[in-house]
Amino acid sequence: MLAAMLILPTLPAFGQESARRGVVPYEVEGDGIVRPLTGAPGDPNRGAALAADRQKSLCVLCHPGPFPDQHLHGTLAPDLAGVGKRLTEAQIRLRVVDNKRLNPETIMPAFHRVTDDPTVAAAWRGRPILGAGEVEDIVAWLSTLKE
Amino acid sequence: MTRGQRLSAWLLLAALAAPLALAGEIPRDQRRSGADFMAPETRAMQADDTANPAMLWVLEGDALWREPAGAAGQSCADCHGDTAESMRGVAARHPAFDEASGRPIDLQGRINQCRAERQSAEPFPPEDDRLLALTAYVARQSLGLPADPPDDPRLVPFQENGRHLFERRIGQLNLSCADCHDDHWGGRLGGAPIPQAHPTGYPLYRLEWQTLGSLQRRLRNCMTGVRAETPSFGAPDFVDLELYLMRRAEGLPLEAPGVRP
Ligand code: HEC
Ligand code: HEC
Repeated sequence: MLAAMLILPTLPAFGQESARRGVVPYEVEGDGIVRPLTGAPGDPNRGAALAADRQKSLCVLCHPGPFPDQHLHGTLAPDLAGVGKRLTEAQIRLRVVDNKRLNPETIMPAFHRVTDDPTVAAAWRGRPILGAGEVEDIVAWLSTLKE
Repeated sequence: MTRGQRLSAWLLLAALAAPLALAGEIPRDQRRSGADFMAPETRAMQADDTANPAMLWVLEGDALWREPAGAAGQSCADCHGDTAESMRGVAARHPAFDEASGRPIDLQGRINQCRAERQSAEPFPPEDDRLLALTAYVARQSLGLPADPPDDPRLVPFQENGRHLFERRIGQLNLSCADCHDDHWGGRLGGAPIPQAHPTGYPLYRLEWQTLGSLQRRLRNCMTGVRAETPSFGAPDFVDLELYLMRRAEGLPLEAPGVRP
């Protein structure tokens, strides 16, 4: 109760930076997350650059897709080309936020989740792989991939 | 060990020896060396002693083998004689059970144990060039012999721990060794082929490292890749993992010192 009182009033003031570090609350409806994680809409251009970044978002490690370096992508996951036609924005959002909610066995990491798994290296502990704004950028880009 | 413990150790061993006992494991006839996944030029570099950079360490190992060391003033050769005879097959059956510590010891650990206890010298630090050179030199004497992990029931609990470490998901990316090396070998991770994770070429020269490195160094790379904590060099968990990897590789020819991209 006390925690809720302390946190709630600060929520609207959540700046970009704190949103990036923490995990924002979200609601799963069916097999998607309808409401965006942030107030500001995602930027598909930033999302395209981020999705192609093998160190930061890691998407290309596993997925083929419309990425600039064709020979550097993985072959462990579905091709992301056309994903915006196959899936709704809400479905894409849940798959990027936490695909393990749909398939606990999947090798795809949950990008916007924090666990207390002690095997996580200290430098990454207590942080999601991607912040809310980054997820929204990637979702915005994937939603444009209609063919 | 009590009778009950001994019995369950044997049962475990029997289960491990049964073909296809566990899902996900690579069947024997599909086991392939990491070298099979390399470009032809890199394979050729490994196959040709005059082109394989790791052979420089083998030469250095040959010299160190004969060099007296420590307070005892004895060389490896003083005790073991001709390596081609005395060291043939040794790498193929390590890690092995070590009576002194009551747990498995790997080849590097054994070499450091001889150094500390029989030569009365300082053990080499991890990834020390001299330790890598001696390990490469000894491992080379098993070239072409099949990986032959000992059927020692005392090793079973440690091997099982190794299997557990291989199969559990770790790190921020929450992936297990098995996710990549049992279930997705042959696939590409960001353009690089995923090998089956056999330990049979180590220590080896990795072009990316531009030097020789141990199996534990390779394992740390994979752990860091999934953003997991890494055990320190020589940690018991590493040796248990190595033990399990040797069991997974049983029958594959040894190829140390190898070359990898
Ligand atoms: C370690 C591997 C891995 C990584 C890294 C990864 N994915 Fe995935 N992804 C998968 C797999 C495998 C699936 C197939 C579904 C399943 O396993 O449940 C998948 C499915 C998806 C889907 C659904 C595709 C469809 O057609 O149904 C989307 C969208 C997706 N991933 C986006 C991403 C994005 C964006 C990133 C990076 C931010 C990413 N993935 C990183 C392995 C990965
Ligand atoms: C996300 C995928 C992935 C995971 C998880 C992973 N590895 Fe690897 N591993 C690779 C790739 C790719 C290579 C080879 C490419 C390279 O040189 O980096 C490799 C190489 C290896 C090798 C060297 C094989 C050779 O022939 O030289 C060993 C041994 C190994 N891994 C063991 C492990 C162990 C043990 C774990 C768990 C602690 C693990 N790996 C986790 C992808 C992975």
